[in-house]
Amino acid sequence: MNLLTIENLHVRVAGKDILKGLSLTLGAGEVHAVMGPNGAGKSTLGYVLAGREGYEVTAGSVRFLDRDLLTMAPEERAAAGVFLAFQYPVEIPGVNNTYFLRAAVNAQRKARGEEELDSVQFLKMVREKLKVMQLSPDLLNRAVNEGFSGGEKKRNEIFQMALLEPKLAILDETDSGLDIDALKQVAEGVNAQRDPQRSFLVITHYQRLLDYIEPDFVHVLADGRIVESGDKELAKKLEAHGYAWVAESGEPAGAA
Amino acid sequence: MASAFVQSFAELAPDILAAMPGSGLPWLDAFRRGQLDAFVRDGLPGTRSEAWKYTTLRALERRAFRPGDSDAAIRDVDAACLQLEGVDGPRLVFVHGVFRPDLSTLDDLPPGLTLQPLSQALAEDAEPLRFMLTRGEAQAADAFTRLNAALAGDGMVLRVAGHARIDVPVHLLQVGAPAGEDLAWHARNIVELGEDAALTLVEHHIGTGTHTHLGTQVSDVVLHARAQLAWVVLQEAPDGALLFRHDRLRLDADAQARVHALELGGALVRHEFDAELRGEGARLDTRGAFLPGGRQHIETRLDIRHLARHTASDALWRGVADKRGRGVFHGAITVAEGADGTDAALSNKNLLLSPHAEIDTQPVLEIYADEVMAAHGATVGQFDERSLFYLRSRGIPADAARTLLTLAFCRAALDDIGNEVLREHLGKRLAARLPADGETA
Repeated sequence: MNLLTIENLHVRVAGKDILKGLSLTLGAGEVHAVMGPNGAGKSTLGYVLAGREGYEVTAGSVRFLDRDLLTMAPEERAAAGVFLAFQYPVEIPGVNNTYFLRAAVNAQRKARGEEELDSVQFLKMVREKLKVMQLSPDLLNRAVNEGFSGGEKKRNEIFQMALLEPKLAILDETDSGLDIDALKQVAEGVNAQRDPQRSFLVITHYQRLLDYIEPDFVHVLADGRIVESGDKELAKKLEAHGYAWVAESGEPAGAA
Repeated sequence: MASAFVQSFAELAPDILAAMPGSGLPWLDAFRRGQLDAFVRDGLPGTRSEAWKYTTLRALERRAFRPGDSDAAIRDVDAACLQLEGVDGPRLVFVHGVFRPDLSTLDDLPPGLTLQPLSQALAEDAEPLRFMLTRGEAQAADAFTRLNAALAGDGMVLRVAGHARIDVPVHLLQVGAPAGEDLAWHARNIVELGEDAALTLVEHHIGTGTHTHLGTQVSDVVLHARAQLAWVVLQEAPDGALLFRHDRLRLDADAQARVHALELGGALVRHEFDAELRGEGARLDTRGAFLPGGRQHIETRLDIRHLARHTASDALWRGVADKRGRGVFHGAITVAEGADGTDAALSNKNLLLSPHAEIDTQPVLEIYADEVMAAHGATVGQFDERSLFYLRSRGIPADAARTLLTLAFCRAALDDIGNEVLREHLGKRLAARLPADGETA
């Protein structure tokens, strides 16, 4: 069984068609990169999978572990194992980061019928995961993302992923706004979490991130559809020739 | 033709006046009589009055209340409901405005602290109270302040001697209890801190069950030079209660007051807070949150006057309205001529949780001095959709996410309460008022 099956997905945002028949299949443990020019619908794909309001699905289906993902609330998707690392993580003044993380972990556990963690168990888990992300523990005592640098925000997203242990992690332009050192740190955090039971959908504009997070498959998203799919060599071709090359040579793929 | 409301007082008040603490003192009798006459003559203010524009009293005009409760001294009150986490010092309990020695704790007061009910102070020596009690006479008082001046025979009289720093918080409780009919009660508090004195006062309004009584409370607070007052108000009257509070605070040179108010209960609640910064270097910080839900109407009015040089005030208030709740905030700051070097800031942010909720906010700045730093801002908005989605995308259910964001929104107003246990408790009380799972607007 595939982890995620997107078929002929059409999505409209604010009256405008953004995704126009996107199909994509992810198996367990696979890393798929979705690349594409600005305005192709990359972020829309991330948001619609995570369940953000205002994204109207006009046709098509998304199945996640054999459930109809599109009928599930964002929190149900999270508990089922979907995680979106935001391109622009939201600052939430007044909400303590540790409190938020524990609320999230326990809400998911509760939804899955698992026992909630007490503060001792939770902090033990936090300490283990913090080491992997090389995040300063004092970030935990601040408000969620408030006053975090760009790199800290992105690492905090990956840290959250480590705590929540999703089955499907969607990274929405996690490389944007990062210098090369921050990018390497984030990529290390992601690679540490690669697992036969965890799949990744890496959404990016640039090939650069894929030097550090090596994908099994690369797809090109243009004008709301996957127009080309291949292995990691495709990303290199894109880097060399640009997206215009795909528009000329590519055939719609994955529409079968 | 007087309204039913006014009539209910006009008819019974003369008997009550004769039996009140302090009656027989010519100056007090004359004052009370005069205030009552003025109240009966002018009645309740209408919405044409600018100060009552957003708070209509039409429904109140048709209601009658028994002025005073002859059973106040014996009404059953569960002592457990008087406890407040983090507040374990002297306690004064009033039921329907009447002092209850059986519920109060006034033993072993720390040196420098004088604390007694007004009824007792009037019986022992009324003269020192004369100035404070009658000072409302010359002012253009509203109906409720007059009613209070005429009919409040009890309340708290608190004095801190110069240089005395009282390290236990004083707990003042106004308790309403269910009764066979609607009652009107009144309380009059007088607080005076001597030079260099320090005190924490916790004012707590509660009910032992549902009732629809009307209460008025007038508090005069005087801080002499360099005195420091921390004043925390937790208003959790039953949802049907009507409560009109008027605080008048005076700050002398370098005196400091920090006021926190959490307004949760009541059907119709109006809190007027007047402050005069009369001495150079005086500082006033006010913080508060009001949360009208259901059909509650909660109003807060600040009137902060900078009358001396180098005075500072900072007001930070948050409003959250749910269901058909209605909030009103009026924040007025006046900087008088010559009060140069004043630093005044006022912020009021409001959150609407339901399409039927409403909050009206009005910051007013009047500046007559030259060198002044003044900033004010007021907003009314809804949840930030991005924040809500971010929390939900991490698995936090929508209702819990809204509660979390609402708490965070209000937290700024409660964050700097010095008493950590009390601060946590207020946070819990606040959370308990927020929409629970499955409830919709």
